[in-house]
Amino acid sequence: MKITDLQKNEWIRLLRRGRACFKIGPFTVRLRSTLPQIANGLYQLYSEFELVDPRNQFIDYDICVDAPNLLRRWFRPQVLFSLDGHSPFKPLPQSQALAVFEWGLNWCIASSAHRFLIIHSAVLEKGGRALILPAPPESGKSTLCAGLALSGWRLLSDEMALIDLKTGCLVPIPRPVSLKNESISVIQKFSPEVVFGPLCQGTHKGAVIHMKSSSESISAMGQHVKPAIVLYPRYMQDAETNLLSLTKAKSAIELAENAFNFNVLGSAGFDALTNLMECCDSYRLCYSSLEDVIPKISELIDGSHSTE
Amino acid sequence: MKNKTNYVALVLKQPDVILSFDLEKYSLLVRQARQANLLATIGEKLSELKILNQVPVDVRHHFEASMLHAKRHKPGINVEVRNLKKVLSQLGLDLLLLKGAAYVYADLPAAKGRFFNDLDILVPKDRIDQLELALRDEGWVSGKTDAYDNKYYREWMHEIPPLRHFMRKTELDVHHTILPPTSKYHPDVEKLFESAIEISSGVKTLCPEDMFIHSATHLFHDGELEHGLRDIVDLNQLMNHFGEGTAQFWERLVPRAKELDLIRPLYYGLRYTQKILGTSIPEKVIDEVSYEQPSAIMRPVMDFLFLRALAPDHASCDRFLTKTARYFLYIRSHYLRMPLRLLLPHLIRKAWKKRFEKDNVPIVLGKQL
Repeated sequence: MKITDLQKNEWIRLLRRGRACFKIGPFTVRLRSTLPQIANGLYQLYSEFELVDPRNQFIDYDICVDAPNLLRRWFRPQVLFSLDGHSPFKPLPQSQALAVFEWGLNWCIASSAHRFLIIHSAVLEKGGRALILPAPPESGKSTLCAGLALSGWRLLSDEMALIDLKTGCLVPIPRPVSLKNESISVIQKFSPEVVFGPLCQGTHKGAVIHMKSSSESISAMGQHVKPAIVLYPRYMQDAETNLLSLTKAKSAIELAENAFNFNVLGSAGFDALTNLMECCDSYRLCYSSLEDVIPKISELIDGSHSTE
Repeated sequence: MKNKTNYVALVLKQPDVILSFDLEKYSLLVRQARQANLLATIGEKLSELKILNQVPVDVRHHFEASMLHAKRHKPGINVEVRNLKKVLSQLGLDLLLLKGAAYVYADLPAAKGRFFNDLDILVPKDRIDQLELALRDEGWVSGKTDAYDNKYYREWMHEIPPLRHFMRKTELDVHHTILPPTSKYHPDVEKLFESAIEISSGVKTLCPEDMFIHSATHLFHDGELEHGLRDIVDLNQLMNHFGEGTAQFWERLVPRAKELDLIRPLYYGLRYTQKILGTSIPEKVIDEVSYEQPSAIMRPVMDFLFLRALAPDHASCDRFLTKTARYFLYIRSHYLRMPLRLLLPHLIRKAWKKRFEKDNVPIVLGKQL
């Protein structure tokens, strides 16, 4: 059963009672929230995720996203993310509730799912081959990811590559793509039929909006993919699309720097990284136009692109 | 009635009970253990008994991930020990490790699956200024810059303000004794130095009895008991290990605690570890220590407080008045630390500072990701 199969008021009731339990990629999350921003936002963006019965289920993350106290429910409302009833976080304005859920879930995964090498990157798939887009913030990674996802690529993740330490495969976690500031209008123009969640204004990253993942990406959540290409994107205004081949050694170091848990995994992480490099080619990419760059990336993944 | 079982203690006491768990109980176990910082400890125990692979795979991931994480401590500790040893030996001092670092370096079972945030060492008080300068040259700097904090540590505490290595970010606590000089008990720190045992050249730990007594003292004088169960697990592991392997550990324990003026914390350590984890302690030791127990009125009160406060800090373990119990014990720990005439001004000052200090900010979500 999917979230969308519920009436909206049933969904709101489940959330209020803390019985909203659903699968997000390899994880099972139980969520409690009384906030309309969360109920509405998730009903829209996570509508095709699978609901499960919390009673006969192992729950990885027991999450609550709610006002920190009664006062902050009404007076200058705030939102607080907590795991297992504990929160190491600072409350934020309630208008950012949806972003807080997304960030909080990132934190849960990055700090505990050490059966994966977790790299800060977007991941997409085409023709059974996965593309990894690792990048620091502001590099235009999410914009490119959204552009590819809207051009027929399957989205595996916008935020983190989960590389299974045992199989070396990428495990999908197709949560909504988070877009910031100027990227929002770029994607809106790129594909008018895109589905956005509510806009979160004034976060420390500026305006943040979430783009719904495609039904195909969500229904193929169980299919793991072999990695094929690592691409380091960099958006530069008015730049021509430029693709540069990168040595495995350089790429490995950059990947390690973008990994959340490389230091936690020790030698297991190193092995996963070198195995990944064995089966991947790496490139550095400079771009300014989505229309121009997407066909080039498609050529790259099909193997028809030749680097000079 | 709601299920209020402490699954962490249950599984540590009787690991094979886990095989009869349904997924709901597993969920509770993982959540309680995560909050108690004991996921890896439980995982190690199950793996030792070869039943970890019978745990459902989704659950097992959590244990294994945490075990992997905990294993990273050992190489880190070894590096820090090597560096510190060099600094101390130049001053003609031995490196005396306390708590977690000692368990790891001495390869004790208590180190398995254990997490810790800082390194604790013990040095003679009259050498501390010299050592602090030498450590600073090696990159260890004080994080606390506030003048009041500095004064608080230096005048009233048993340690100097925590140091942090500017590159590696390791935290280092340099102690000159094991309880604040203003506290009710006055252990003679010279005795600890005399009986310390050498693990490798220039690196020492406390002797087994002292190690146990120190661990108990630390726990039962500490105000923050949210992670107290982890320390109870340490005490249990130390008793199981030394009780079997070290000649005369049990014979020496109580006399040594008397000698150090730390009999009450030892009493609590033995009592609550046995009550919570069912440790087997020789009758004779229990008899010996029970001469020093609290009065018949206070005993049930302390039981009420400690048995609540030492459960995992998760809603599924909270019983009637658990939060209040933790609060009382927090107040008690301060009361034990210093007399009221010092304590009251300190607490007022602390509350005031907390109210107006802006930089005391927890993690901001999304900043890192």
